[in-house]
Amino acid sequence: MSVPLLVVEDLEVRHGAVTAVHDLSLEVDRGEIVGLIGPNGAGKSSTLHAIMGAVRASAGDVRVRGESVVGKRPEAVARKGVALVPEGRRIFADLTVDENLKLGLAGRRTRDGSDDDLARVYDLFPAVEESLRRKAGTLSGGQQQQLAIARALVADPEVLLLDEPSLGLAPRMVDVVFETLAAIRDRGLAVLLVEQRAQRTVALADRSHVLANGQQRLTLGPESAGDTAALVSAYMA
Amino acid sequence: MTVALLNIDWQTLADATGLGGIYALMAVGIGLVFGVLRLVNFAYGQLIMAGAYALAFASERGWPVSIGIVLCFAVVLTLSLLMDRLVFRPLRGQTPAVMLVTTFAVAFLLQSIALLWFGPLGKIASSLATLNQPVTISGVDIRKIAIVATAVAAFCLLVLVLLLERTRVGLHMRAAAMDFSTAELLGVRAGRVISAAVLVSGVLAAIVAVMLTVQNPLVTPDFALRDTILVLAGVVLGGMNRLVSATLGGFAIGFASGLLGGALPTNQSQYLPSFLFAAVILVLLVRPGGLFTREGHQAVERV
Repeated sequence: MSVPLLVVEDLEVRHGAVTAVHDLSLEVDRGEIVGLIGPNGAGKSSTLHAIMGAVRASAGDVRVRGESVVGKRPEAVARKGVALVPEGRRIFADLTVDENLKLGLAGRRTRDGSDDDLARVYDLFPAVEESLRRKAGTLSGGQQQQLAIARALVADPEVLLLDEPSLGLAPRMVDVVFETLAAIRDRGLAVLLVEQRAQRTVALADRSHVLANGQQRLTLGPESAGDTAALVSAYMA
Repeated sequence: MTVALLNIDWQTLADATGLGGIYALMAVGIGLVFGVLRLVNFAYGQLIMAGAYALAFASERGWPVSIGIVLCFAVVLTLSLLMDRLVFRPLRGQTPAVMLVTTFAVAFLLQSIALLWFGPLGKIASSLATLNQPVTISGVDIRKIAIVATAVAAFCLLVLVLLLERTRVGLHMRAAAMDFSTAELLGVRAGRVISAAVLVSGVLAAIVAVMLTVQNPLVTPDFALRDTILVLAGVVLGGMNRLVSATLGGFAIGFASGLLGGALPTNQSQYLPSFLFAAVILVLLVRPGGLFTREGHQAVERV
């Protein structure tokens, strides 16, 4: 039995006196989507930022391919094959779509094959390819979200972290984003998905961990997607 | 030949354009570092001062101009990299006030070192003095330095645009200036981007040192201090947040300074800074965001 691609073990994140994440453990392997759901302030984003090295883990471990990345800078973690689609998309509005994608290439471990990866990403997001010369800020919200995911994918990551990719999107675009995530999983990536849309996430993900007040409350499989009572009680607990 | 108003002739116009070009380069040098570090380097003028002393040092020993220029680049770049390692990097992420005060301290430290080493009287950097001689173009005498400064500035700005628009490190610098933390999340190497900005800024400081010593061969510890203050005002005037607007601001204040310097009667030239700063205040009252910023340009969140 090989080690899972991404392992988070007893992770603790503190913001000053506040403990944002407490004793969180999870694993994501190739071809899996793991959901991280829970109310605002539950520590979902903090978890992703700690994995990425953007905030310091005060305790616990994060391992990629069995190798600890705790204490590394984000630029180094990116080069280990981890890519983050940040909350609010954080695309560079004043740069062109093409330039945004080229920035994504910065996180590649090797420059070989970047054309192939670009082609694969265009395949997934035709709308992105059609608007390469446009300023990214002129895209619609849904297109910007697709660009943000595309930008993460051109780095050829093995682990993809997404922070609320459906936030602020029109319902049809939410469908597109969730379909895309399924396609990304089918390509063999390990996906860790932070979301507010609990039911859809539970239905899509192989496992979903419910977080509240920085603590892991419950783990749900896709079969529990209709079980609103379990979700509600986990949120309220 | 005279452009009627204010008794401005073509020679003054050429000088003003040259000075505007030099100030534009200084504005870029300050703006580049501000872009990636959010740090206003008040000690930028002292980098230029150090370069000017290097030129004077070579000139007083009768060394060839080329050696003097190489020495100037070596001194300014070494000092830039030292400043980066010892001051900028450790201060990264501090509040703007802390960074500003620290660069003030560095500025005065360097100025004091110059005072101790070279004394208050100044050294003469005269190797390039021939550039002060005029050439006659269709009956108008124009100093060579005005032409050289304009050409060098235009060339440097062109190279810089190509660097920023066409190269990987340029793209990374632009992205870091817009949103450093996101750039880092994407794998952009912070250290490399900062080093690149500091190096380019240093190269520009060295070039400016060469051209300012032609204009003013007497190198004293406060060499380029007044120019730096004017450029900082120009950068704020143009709009600090974008390199283009900061550069235009630098050019504008240099151009205005050259024009007013030529237009004011010699016995009133001490009022020049007062006029310039009054103009800066007026502009900022009307357009607080800067003269060359796009109005209402804000990232709009889209659905």
